[in-house]
Amino acid sequence: MVKRAVVGARYGLRDWLIQRVTAVIMAVFALLMLVVVLFHRPAHYGDWHGLFSQQWMRLASLLFLLSLFWHAWIGIRDILMDYVNSAGVRLVAQVGVVLLLAGYSLWSVQILWSLY
Amino acid sequence: MTIPRRKFDAVIVGAGGAGMRASLQLAEAGLKVAVLSKVFPTRSHTVAAQGGIGAALGNMGEDSWLWHMYDTIKGSDYLGDQNAIEFMCRAAPQAVYELEHFGMPFDRNDDGTIYQRPFGGHSQNFGERSVQRSCCAADRTGHAMLHTLYQRNVRANTLFFVEWMALDLIRDASGQVLGVSAMEMETGEVWLFHARATLFATGGAGRIYSASTNAFINTGDGLGMAARAGIPLEDMEFWQFHPTGVAGAGVLITEGVRGEGGYLLNKDGERFMERYAPNMKDLASRDVVSRAMATEIKEGRGAGKDADYILLKLDHLGIDVIEKRLPGIREIARKFANVDPVKEPIPVVPTCHYQMGGIPTNYHGEVVVPSGGDPSQPVPGFYAAGECGCASVHGANRLGTNSLTDLLVFGKESGDTMIRFLRENPGHKDLPADVGDVSLARLARLETQTGGESVFEVGAEMRRTMQGHCGVFRFPDMLESGVDKIKRTAERVRRTGIADKSKTFNTARIEALELDNLIEVAVATLVSAEARKESRGAHDRADFHQRDDVNWLKHSLWYREGNRLEYKPVNLQPMTVESFEPKVRSY
Amino acid sequence: MKFEIYRYDPEQDDKPYMKSYDIELEPSDRMLLDALIRIKAVDDSLSLRRSCREGVCGSDAMNINGKNGLACITRLTDLKQPVQLRPLPGLPVIRDLVVDMSQFFKQYHSIKPYLQNAEVAPEKERIQTPAERKELDGLYECILCACCTTACPSFWWNPDKFVGPAGLLVAYRFIADTRDHATSERLDDLEDPYRLFRCHSIMNCVDVCPKGLNPTRAIGKIKDIMIKRMV
Repeated sequence: MVKRAVVGARYGLRDWLIQRVTAVIMAVFALLMLVVVLFHRPAHYGDWHGLFSQQWMRLASLLFLLSLFWHAWIGIRDILMDYVNSAGVRLVAQVGVVLLLAGYSLWSVQILWSLY
Repeated sequence: MTIPRRKFDAVIVGAGGAGMRASLQLAEAGLKVAVLSKVFPTRSHTVAAQGGIGAALGNMGEDSWLWHMYDTIKGSDYLGDQNAIEFMCRAAPQAVYELEHFGMPFDRNDDGTIYQRPFGGHSQNFGERSVQRSCCAADRTGHAMLHTLYQRNVRANTLFFVEWMALDLIRDASGQVLGVSAMEMETGEVWLFHARATLFATGGAGRIYSASTNAFINTGDGLGMAARAGIPLEDMEFWQFHPTGVAGAGVLITEGVRGEGGYLLNKDGERFMERYAPNMKDLASRDVVSRAMATEIKEGRGAGKDADYILLKLDHLGIDVIEKRLPGIREIARKFANVDPVKEPIPVVPTCHYQMGGIPTNYHGEVVVPSGGDPSQPVPGFYAAGECGCASVHGANRLGTNSLTDLLVFGKESGDTMIRFLRENPGHKDLPADVGDVSLARLARLETQTGGESVFEVGAEMRRTMQGHCGVFRFPDMLESGVDKIKRTAERVRRTGIADKSKTFNTARIEALELDNLIEVAVATLVSAEARKESRGAHDRADFHQRDDVNWLKHSLWYREGNRLEYKPVNLQPMTVESFEPKVRSY
Repeated sequence: MKFEIYRYDPEQDDKPYMKSYDIELEPSDRMLLDALIRIKAVDDSLSLRRSCREGVCGSDAMNINGKNGLACITRLTDLKQPVQLRPLPGLPVIRDLVVDMSQFFKQYHSIKPYLQNAEVAPEKERIQTPAERKELDGLYECILCACCTTACPSFWWNPDKFVGPAGLLVAYRFIADTRDHATSERLDDLEDPYRLFRCHSIMNCVDVCPKGLNPTRAIGKIKDIMIKRMV
């Protein structure tokens, strides 16, 4: 088959924007964590446990992790687009990454809300 | 050996301003046109034009095409054909508006119209005072224009053959032109481009001089091909020396610098143009300014340790004007003259810039030769436009900005003329049996030449001869010995050899083929100059210091065969207005 | 002065090699191109493109001591010896310093580099205020030398799909032109993970542009307009 470059998938801007927004969320969370750690100076397991028992902290952490996974999805997909030339293999790899990240997301919920 | 051939309605050689303006007409008319260019189209030398396009739009004050016409005729020292000049000056505003509609990024006035700057030799009311007539895009007008024309051609789906060098013109026994032979530079392959109409838009040959503002590609290929095919070259003695080339480097500094208010100084800090042209001063026409500068240098008033250049002062314009109107000039001055014009003047010297003569045409772009008593009989199927053609609108001296006007107006007109010809003459005529043999023979000679002369050295010899014997000031003994010298150089050109025999992008071969063309122009120039016993426009002889309208108000026609010269009358009869009779020319 | 120049003639050489030259220069030889012409006078088999020799035609772009630039406006005194000259990276080499620029021009053509305005043109010029015209400064000056695009890792990797800095600069030149009416189509055309969004703001393009232009800024402005359109 003749190899031809096909372009025109209409998600360039959306994904670019999502990467920026998720990056901002992650940065804000990182700052938040820094402030929290500086103020509370958690030194023991008990301190950390108390911190993550609060509902807002769980939600913030989840938002952070989901941002991280979504951000990573776009980055990994770009890498797969650049390095995996066969569209079939690429699709399999991408589905794999999606499943993995979806699993991570569920796992994150489980971890965050199983702390008591 | 049979050479591969392709058929087109029209072939255009050269993708500068004129070639691409013409190709646009043909492509938009739905004709099959091939444009051959030695370089990618946006690298053609039109790209280097800086100052602007002359057109009487009247955006900056009252103006009229008739005044533009008068200025052009006076600038030409009355050698320009007045019908062609009227045609150009009347068509100029429309040509500029079209270019604007194509997307040209012209500078603007506060009311949103195109900004125009003053330029040398352009005046209001028949020489009364300077006028703002030059439509510009900062000091990159040619660049903006060439890119715009290329872009419009992309839109029109014009077929470009990029990095193809045309080798020879194809004419049949009746003299009709049937296309060109050409070589693809990447592969060294030769093809025949069989066309019903052929346009040369190959530009000038400023590289016959050592000090030149011209690009390396300006080797007069169209002129060389035409001359070898028996077409005469018109008015080749007239070469414009631009007043302001960077001393030592040759790079152009636009007349727009003086248009915006810059001026020339000698070593004493004197604004010497006031002595030579009391009315127009630094904005007198180029031949006048260049001669004044050369005189200052000759009489010991040049600046620098060797007193060999003139200073172009513009720091008084202020950084804002310089950055807005002349940013490219600042860049060039810093790079090539090591001065920042915001603070210091630029060292400049008159530098070979433009060839007023060329392949003789009428104002429709048809190539015309004397035949059967008619001095201007069209050669069927053959057209020329731009610097390689001679309509003749520039006569003995071109006004600044009129080169771009020429490209636009005559590029378009020749395209239209070709369309008419193609409609009236359907079907390709057969190619002659020996078609392409001349080109193959030239290539075979280069291939087999042993102990050949170095292209570099023979070329340098030619350039030195032209520079020394046929410059701003011309002397009878120098012209005579120059003719001998250049003929001897021409003999050496026939024996050039190259070490590189590769077929792949062999630039040594290209340069050897270019020298074949350059030498025709150099010989034409010296022979025509030696014969013209008067001073007119850019041709200034020490032994005949005056213009001689009685004997020399006529065009020279140089024929390659036997270095023969003929003459034809100047057309003093405009299309619709009264003739401008030759007068004493002062600025 | 000492030079090491990439040489490759597919007819004679199995693979490319670096050839050393030690060349006597004249005082008038100021720029790298002057030196290359001296070398060519001795060794006519060296192939390179050149034309205007003043930095406006864009012919003699090459990789000079590891950085893309124009030979005609690169001062010899600024160069460390031996001067290493290679063809522009990321494009197929035809011979010596001459590269095949088809891919570069294909991308340039792909952005429809011409003014689109279906309205009947007025008798005279279209009106454009000086402020509107100023938007085109820093955009229309591009000389298509390809220094920027061939310095861009995103282009090296996806030359067939990523437009590259030069093409995108020109794309923005038309988006920014008040006389062009195809902004929406132009944005649609670039709304793709490759054509525009493979730019990761590495800024090699800005670093090498011999005309001092800033394609990264132009690309950023295209993104700004896209966001404005979306939200």
